[in-house]
Amino acid sequence: MTTSGGCAGERTARVRSPLLHGGIVALLFAIHFVLPDYHNGNLARIMVLAVYAMGYNLLFGYTGLLSLGHALFFAAGMYGLALPMHHFGLTPVPAFILGLASALAVSAVVGFLALRTSGVAFMIVTLMFAQAGFLTILLFGDYTRGDEGFVIQQAARSVAGIDLTDPLNRYMAALLVFGSSLAFTGWLVQTRFGRCLVAIRENEERARLLGYDVLRHKLVAVMLSGTMSGASGAAYALLFGYAGATFASVQYSIFPLLWVLLGGAGTTAGPLVGTLFMFYLIDLSSGVTSAYMLIAGLALVLLTLFAPQGLAGELKRRALPWLP
Amino acid sequence: MSLLDTRHLTKNFGGLHAVRDVDFELPEGQVRAIIGPNGAGKSTFVGMLCGRIGATSGQVRFAGRDITGLPAHRRIRLGMAYTFQITSVFARLTLHENVALAVRRRLEKPAADAVDDKVESVLVRVGLSGRSGQFAGDLSYGHQRLLEIAMGLAQEPRLFILDEPTQGLAESEVEAFKSLVRTLSGETTLLVIEHNMSVVMETAEFVTVLDAGRILAEGAPAEIRENAAVQAAYLGTA
Repeated sequence: MTTSGGCAGERTARVRSPLLHGGIVALLFAIHFVLPDYHNGNLARIMVLAVYAMGYNLLFGYTGLLSLGHALFFAAGMYGLALPMHHFGLTPVPAFILGLASALAVSAVVGFLALRTSGVAFMIVTLMFAQAGFLTILLFGDYTRGDEGFVIQQAARSVAGIDLTDPLNRYMAALLVFGSSLAFTGWLVQTRFGRCLVAIRENEERARLLGYDVLRHKLVAVMLSGTMSGASGAAYALLFGYAGATFASVQYSIFPLLWVLLGGAGTTAGPLVGTLFMFYLIDLSSGVTSAYMLIAGLALVLLTLFAPQGLAGELKRRALPWLP
Repeated sequence: MSLLDTRHLTKNFGGLHAVRDVDFELPEGQVRAIIGPNGAGKSTFVGMLCGRIGATSGQVRFAGRDITGLPAHRRIRLGMAYTFQITSVFARLTLHENVALAVRRRLEKPAADAVDDKVESVLVRVGLSGRSGQFAGDLSYGHQRLLEIAMGLAQEPRLFILDEPTQGLAESEVEAFKSLVRTLSGETTLLVIEHNMSVVMETAEFVTVLDAGRILAEGAPAEIRENAAVQAAYLGTA
């Protein structure tokens, strides 16, 4: 985890942070018209998954709470959108809102219960909740089709006449979800609420004795983090037309942790950097050898050794201390 | 009228009676020192005032209101500030952000400029201006103590509780602390646990002596110095 704070006062951060985030979004927009189709497809997927990583980062990177059960929130968003679309023919916009609402509700309940614990116990409790969620999806296999999952028909995946299965539209929709999440995170971490999350991460007892309601802040952080993860799950199902139980498995709780660690916990740009890096690490190494996880694993070990604060975290430590 | 008072305040840790049946009264605006030998229950006592430690029995009232059941953060919001015996700052955040966290909590709508200005004025007051960009963990121990005091001042508390503020400070830093306390008297109510007798004698208006969890004596500093029971308590454990 990294340090953060207003080195040059509040004013500097408030000017630079929107510029950085605007620049990232503008770059992602422009690059679409340069890159070949294959990479554009990848990038759309990466942007959606980076939203998941950003949600995770809010809780892990900023608040200092390590959850091993975020796949539950991702899946709550995914199935909250996909089940009503698949079974009741709901249109994408209300289905997306349902996805967000179910992730919000699930994270409120999990947060309320899991925050009675801390440290390792918090990790185990969140892991167990996620496993319970995963098994529930399998249990209702008649509706969810379990591991095999189900496809959301192409015809259903259009909003206001815009076909979201078209590569350009899909890319821009992914960018919209990504950009709003980035803007939201960038804004949130500059607010009193966001600064208090960092204070809780750094020294919970001190934060409490400055008069902050630590438990309430943590609960809201779990809910925001869970809902953002759910937004990613819902967008994934909508844009790529598939929902399956794999997305609720332990593996999908570990992914965002890795992405955030690699990219830089507690930085706004870190989740995108980490997701992008790991996606292409696996993509490129699998082109070289079938033992691609060996290469990926080695790269991860090296990064952990030489850039323990993640890529954006190192950049912040060495050169750009104002990085939000 | 007293700003803070306790009735029969008691804390047991298992079979250990850390604080027993303490009736204590602190008038608004006073600089009060709490002294006593190690293990007398001083930190436990003030911990029960700010809510860090729950009382076994008894009552705490602050500004005319029973706060015994309130959690720490609610008590702080009523106008208390507290500094820890073992320095507790946000080591990996800058001095600016450490103090800004204290300022922002108090403000209705924390505007960036107002926060920056208040942070700077508080840092000037404790003598840490010009260091606002440094990380708190890089400061010397004495400066970290000053930073924690700055975080307390930033909250503009009605009652400021300091648990052994001069512990581990150099002689010159202790002198600076004394003059800081002098500028604060009249502005806020101070409750200071202190071992350094020169600080107690020169800054406190009134002294409470705790021994084995009970109030042994109370009075003006000069009276306390002459008190035979107090001398016995100190010599007995020295």
